[in-house]
Amino acid sequence: MKSIFFHLMPYRDLPADFEERYESIWITPPNTELCDPRKVAQYYQWNLDELELADRLGFDGVGVNEHHQNGYGFMASPNLMAAALARRTPNNSAIMVLGNTLALYAPATRVAEEFAMLDVLSNGRLAAGFPVGTSMDVNFCYGVPPTQTRPRFREAEELIIKAWTQQGPFAFNGRYNQLRYVNPWPQTLQKPHPPVWLAGGGSVETWELAASKNYTYSYLSFFGAKFGKKLMDGFWAKMDELGIDRNPFRAGFAQQICVSETDERAEKEYLEHVTYFFNKCLHIPPYFFEAPGYRTRKSTEFAIKTNQPGAIAAAAALEKNWKTLNEEGFIIAGSPSTVADRLIEVAKTLRVGNLHALLQIGSMPHELTKKNITLFAEEVMPRIRHVWDAEGWTHEWWPSGAANRAVTEPSGAQA
Amino acid sequence: MTTTQSPVDERIVQVGPIAARVLVAGTGEPLLFLHGAGGLFWDPFLDALAREHTVYAVEHPGANVSEDLDHLPGIWELVLFYDELLDTLGLDSVRVVGHSFGGMVAAELAANSPKRVSRLVLIAPIGFWREDHPVPDIAGIPPETLPGLVLADPASPLAAMLTPPADDPQALFEAAMRMASVLHFIWPIPDKGLDRRIHRVSAPVLLVWGERDRLVDPVYAEEFTSRLRDSRLVTIPDAGHLPQLEQGAAVVAPVLGFLAGKDS
Repeated sequence: MKSIFFHLMPYRDLPADFEERYESIWITPPNTELCDPRKVAQYYQWNLDELELADRLGFDGVGVNEHHQNGYGFMASPNLMAAALARRTPNNSAIMVLGNTLALYAPATRVAEEFAMLDVLSNGRLAAGFPVGTSMDVNFCYGVPPTQTRPRFREAEELIIKAWTQQGPFAFNGRYNQLRYVNPWPQTLQKPHPPVWLAGGGSVETWELAASKNYTYSYLSFFGAKFGKKLMDGFWAKMDELGIDRNPFRAGFAQQICVSETDERAEKEYLEHVTYFFNKCLHIPPYFFEAPGYRTRKSTEFAIKTNQPGAIAAAAALEKNWKTLNEEGFIIAGSPSTVADRLIEVAKTLRVGNLHALLQIGSMPHELTKKNITLFAEEVMPRIRHVWDAEGWTHEWWPSGAANRAVTEPSGAQA
Repeated sequence: MTTTQSPVDERIVQVGPIAARVLVAGTGEPLLFLHGAGGLFWDPFLDALAREHTVYAVEHPGANVSEDLDHLPGIWELVLFYDELLDTLGLDSVRVVGHSFGGMVAAELAANSPKRVSRLVLIAPIGFWREDHPVPDIAGIPPETLPGLVLADPASPLAAMLTPPADDPQALFEAAMRMASVLHFIWPIPDKGLDRRIHRVSAPVLLVWGERDRLVDPVYAEEFTSRLRDSRLVTIPDAGHLPQLEQGAAVVAPVLGFLAGKDS
């Protein structure tokens, strides 16, 4: 299994009564009141230091993503962070940009250009994430009509792949992107193009796209494997239905992880920061989650049938004490062996080959984050790295210029 | 006001690729009714209109068949859809009554085809944006606050119509789809250029506004009256954004009078 240190880049010093005083962590938390650029200057240094540390310690990838007007992740441009990382990751981790919210960019050639720049700058280490994006970002923050979310995403995806693979200049006559001359300089270093990583919350259409275009899919939620099981079962059922193989590297999942010397110590060190995350960083009113029309009729019907709204409400209503958080799988916490055992179990249950390890959580300070990253790299990663080796699959979606650390043999083991 | 006096006929009218659902009732001169974001329901107000007109109440496309919206990417195609629908119904000239979003569409239709609209009634129409009175984002507020914005009396039985039960995912889904088909045309701000086109409207216009409309403040009436060639405004006491249902009698009388040409 590949381990990617995925950084959300949260605001680490929200007021203690944030969730009582403000409507939401996303879209409307008033910037002048709550977001001090001097603090952010410090956070950005810490965040990048933490990601660079992960590279040095042998993580397979370092991950960044895009959100807007969001107190738990104000990386409005993940490409800026990825550019910084491309220059300061000598151990050749994959640069996972998960990703650029395609529907926000017209012309979407901007994404084709910036991703190509990153791919070249990193010597072919880019994983190109194409998320549909949340309703909060796409509809509320960027004003895209909900019903245009998916059509814009699909058109952008088509345009970007063409821009990377067809000889330019060519014309593109889309509904949202009309261009006479598509001819980006440069095209990507990886051929035919960087691996595309879809990321989502369980839309049927996204799974179908993953299957038809042979993209990998990462299920990104903060509710852990227990909640994700139904979704990933749906994903694999869809793959079976479409005659796609069960290569676990087709799939990834995000998990909040806290590692310490012992299980007891993990609670002592991390509870405060995890609580901060669940109480403040997930303080989002339901009406922002899904503007009417954001999901298609088909996906909405699937969500109702599988009781997703009910499950989310139930998850949200749970008391977020250490025991529940662990039992429900929202966090995987404890000693290295506890964490490794549970991660292996989760990987097998969901059948996923890519772990987006969330190791900086909420208010977690820099020193503790470094400890978490270090213990994970040194004591957990070696135990989970080979979980899929026995099945003999090839990771077809790993950036070709990135180090392939999952290979135990010194050379040539990967097909 | 509560009994249906004329039978309501439901027709499916093919307009290009879209199968439009039209409720038809009454006798007399033809009248096109365009509903707001809540959806199409035969109500006492439509009954009152049907006493003196043949009412064609059209369901806004996209609520039931999402693909309809693919054919209607913007307000221009929506106006052409209604224009073609009137052709298909064989109605050369009609009176048009529109509520809220339907009012905006009615104004656009009358601007696009001025000769086609003989008289126009706009009940609390949207279509403009004033920074001093921003129209609240109905998708970005707690649903339980909606009655307070829409109704003069949020405790009125009409409130139930506005908010489907929270424990009924299917009802919530249907309501969300109806809302989506309207938001498709007005997101994120319901100003799509009506100010550049409204001067083309030649029909006499009656504007009806609830005095206590907290969704689309009555000051918006100025945006219409200042631009229209021939308009008059009736404000309805003790009514919010649904004056035709909250104070039916007070709305029906001036509307029927205006449509009959008694007030000009």
